[in-house]
Amino acid sequence: MKTKTVIRHTLTHLFIIALGLTMIYPVLWMVVSSFKPNKMIFSDPGLIPKVVTLENYVSGWKGYAGTTFGRFFANSLTMCAIAIIGNLISCTMAAYAFARLKFVGRNFWFAVMMITLMLPGHVTIVPRYILFNTYGWVGTYLPILVPKFLAVDAFFVFLLVQFIRSLPKELDEAATIDGCSKLGVFLRIIVPLAMPALVTTALFTFLWTWDDFFNHLLYLTKPETFTASRALRTFVGDAGAVSNWGGALAMSTLSIIPSFILFFSLQKYFVQGITTTGLKG
Amino acid sequence: MRTTSRIVKFIKNNATGYLFLAPWFVGFFVLTLYPMIYSLWLGFTNYNFTKPDETQWIGLGNYVKMFGPLFGVSEFTTASGVTMRVDPYYLKSLSVTFTYVFASVPLKLTFALAVAMLMNQKLRGVPFYRAVYYIPTLLGGSVAIAVLWRKLFEKNGLVNMFLGSLGFTNLPSWITNPKYALWTLVLLSVWQFGSSMIIFLAGLKQIPQEYYEAAAVDGASKVRQFFSITIPLLSPVILFNLVMQMISAFQAFTQAYIIGGGSGGVLNSTLFYSLHLYIQGWAYREMGYASAMAWVLLLIIGVLTAIVFKSSNLWVSYGTGE
Repeated sequence: MKTKTVIRHTLTHLFIIALGLTMIYPVLWMVVSSFKPNKMIFSDPGLIPKVVTLENYVSGWKGYAGTTFGRFFANSLTMCAIAIIGNLISCTMAAYAFARLKFVGRNFWFAVMMITLMLPGHVTIVPRYILFNTYGWVGTYLPILVPKFLAVDAFFVFLLVQFIRSLPKELDEAATIDGCSKLGVFLRIIVPLAMPALVTTALFTFLWTWDDFFNHLLYLTKPETFTASRALRTFVGDAGAVSNWGGALAMSTLSIIPSFILFFSLQKYFVQGITTTGLKG
Repeated sequence: MRTTSRIVKFIKNNATGYLFLAPWFVGFFVLTLYPMIYSLWLGFTNYNFTKPDETQWIGLGNYVKMFGPLFGVSEFTTASGVTMRVDPYYLKSLSVTFTYVFASVPLKLTFALAVAMLMNQKLRGVPFYRAVYYIPTLLGGSVAIAVLWRKLFEKNGLVNMFLGSLGFTNLPSWITNPKYALWTLVLLSVWQFGSSMIIFLAGLKQIPQEYYEAAAVDGASKVRQFFSITIPLLSPVILFNLVMQMISAFQAFTQAYIIGGGSGGVLNSTLFYSLHLYIQGWAYREMGYASAMAWVLLLIIGVLTAIVFKSSNLWVSYGTGE
């Protein structure tokens, strides 16, 4: 009986590992290939490179239009940092109001917020573009960043509402009795206790902003403002006929590193975020 | 005097809430509600971004432009006297998108559930495996992976190298062959099963182990247990995943854009709805038409979601088992 279980477990492990390897093979191949000489990339499907070189990284890093990938990555990071600040402030404020404060129309507005959660962005994208264009914002980061300060990402409001509701109300009440104002309760009780949900919010804001392509395609027009995702697309070109595939793979590899590091260091926040709201990955 | 103090009191009671909600309110009215009304109106006009001054009300013109080919219309004049041509690619984009949604969502959910059940055993290392299986989802939406995908499924790509070494010959270029191109995108979507898997896994953990033990004592097979215990108890989670995945599949854009090289690919075989909308609105600057398309998409998603929820009475059980 016991040996039988051991055998069964070993087989399950082997199966899971084999399937997992198949799953991530393309990613592994991309990483390995980025270290192969350009002309060997497509003649050698294996994972162990015969020759290791950094030439793809050197040639890819040069970027195009006189702008290096250093700039593109810096742009992406700056954008992500500001987006995170925006979402943390605006979504937490909205969530605190929905979860804890009493005011006329709260349930109505909460329902409205939940509807916007399901709303496909397409119905607002054209007028937003026209609106931002009249402000002269097209070509800057403002159309992407300003909405973050206005709690437009309803997913995070919902996530934070759920979390704040789960915190014991007695703490708020005790603080109020001790003379804390609503703002005081928010800053001294809610924000510190909601830290796990705030980390989840920051994490997903980073990933989505980092990976976002549609908005960057619409609003970023000058190469020097391009983010990594936007730049990669131009680097590959319309027809995909670039000769420097090695460079493209090398820069692609670099572009997935931040997501990777964050994912593995903050895994539990990930799972929490996905299971509470069904956030798409 | 009393009214004034009542008003003061009312404001005092509500002000804090509305102050905290102020950013959200601005966002909602300026970036959601107003644009929605505006785009609804634009949908009834021939607004072109390069010549907004020539905008004319064309009634249902944009909608005839979309669905006209169904009725054999090719050119028509609106009641306001504007002559328009129908959009020869709209219905194609609709069928591409429907194929994509109806193929990728069930496949993805089935696969996610299978993997979740595999993970839902008392095994060591499950958190690690779960993380590895999540990697495709983590990266799948990025431009980098779309670029990679195109290289994998090319004529001389990695996939054909493998198939070639297995003895297959005359392999197509999957990405540029109109028969297969869409299916590489379906595969790319199924590959990103991680979120659904994690949600299923959380759902599976909620099912009391005693149910399975009791069923086993009664002699129920594993298959029987799956259909009589797992599926019914997991049905609310299945419904949730189904709705979320369906909504996001209808809006897929990046992968089709990169893989098709900015167009709908060969013979528009990967002309996703969002991609077509982008091309109309931004390449041709026909933003009135793009707005009308957006509203049809909203309607389609709304109706399908409603159907799924309605049908859920039949197959979702909110059992009192807990």
